Amino acid sequence: MSLQLKDGAQLTKSPDLRDLFVQFLSIGAISFGGGIIAYERILLVEKRQWLSADEFMAYLAISQTMPGLNSVNMAVLAGDHLRGALGATIATLGLILPGSLFVLGIGLIYANTADHPSINWILGGIAAAATGLLAAITYKIGDTHWRHVQSLAIIVCTFVLMSILKLSLPYVILIMAPISIYLYRPGRSK
Amino acid sequence: MSLLIHLASTFALLSILAVGGGTAVLPEMQTLLAQQFSIDHTQFVHIYSIGQLAPGPNMLMVLVIGYQIAGLIGAGVVLLSFFLPSSLLCFYMGRLWNRFGESPWRRSIQNALEPISIGLMSSGVYAVAKASVTSSITLALALVTLYLILRTKINPVLVILGSGGLGALLMAYVS
Repeated sequence: MSLQLKDGAQLTKSPDLRDLFVQFLSIGAISFGGGIIAYERILLVEKRQWLSADEFMAYLAISQTMPGLNSVNMAVLAGDHLRGALGATIATLGLILPGSLFVLGIGLIYANTADHPSINWILGGIAAAATGLLAAITYKIGDTHWRHVQSLAIIVCTFVLMSILKLSLPYVILIMAPISIYLYRPGRSK
Repeated sequence: MSLLIHLASTFALLSILAVGGGTAVLPEMQTLLAQQFSIDHTQFVHIYSIGQLAPGPNMLMVLVIGYQIAGLIGAGVVLLSFFLPSSLLCFYMGRLWNRFGESPWRRSIQNALEPISIGLMSSGVYAVAKASVTSSITLALALVTLYLILRTKINPVLVILGSGGLGALLMAYVS
């Protein structure tokens, strides 16, 4: 990768595509157990300084607002920022390639052994733990929302519509989004 | 062929609806797969567990679902239809944002969507728990994991693997 210093002693912000791919590939290969956004921040802001801390936060906000996985969205935005559409594609492919190969390998084994009782016991234990993990992640992401009456009311209504009344997701969003956007409209903070 | 198109349209819809990340669409995905592709809840939770063990984004487990339904081609179709629509949206949104910058409405919409996605994630926890917490052993494993993840810095993958081993041992004893 080229590390030429431009006149303002600024690092070049256009890494070559191979470097971009390899960096996101390594994140995709080592980020076990969630927290990929943290790895992405270390790479983009600290290690390679491809984005400023402000740019990263702005892209994080877009990643979270838009549908799709936050970590994948971040790869799309950072890749586009650095090398345009091709960069976005390369970064995303790098991020999801290792995990894709992993789940396909395990999936193949699972498809052929699903009837074996010990496999079911192991996966049963893993599934129980995965539920605990998901609950913990949800609790952490919820952060201060659990203590704000307005947020909590929206959380509870969404849960009831989805899990108790069993409406399908598009309806839940069509009902809750306008209400919530009205409550959080500009000029009415908190 | 029609199976693949059905698979693609299902996951493309889930992709667009996945505001707040993949876990927000877990309950919807579970319902759709059970109704339309005969992936039962136990299978779904098993596949979800495989995703938890994989590096990278956890939701890559959708590939296993595609594989179960229609083999390797199914996995490819699911990969494209689950990741492409949301990524394209985000791509164009990023370019728009760079053109318009910060607006008070962008902040408001993001604030408004946050509690909805947390509510949807809670539904995801509920859906996965209903299928995986089926006995006092699995309940104990789930609670111990919850405690360990919140209170310690142990790598989640180790906790999950340990729970798989322990669960297998306990269930082998009981049955």
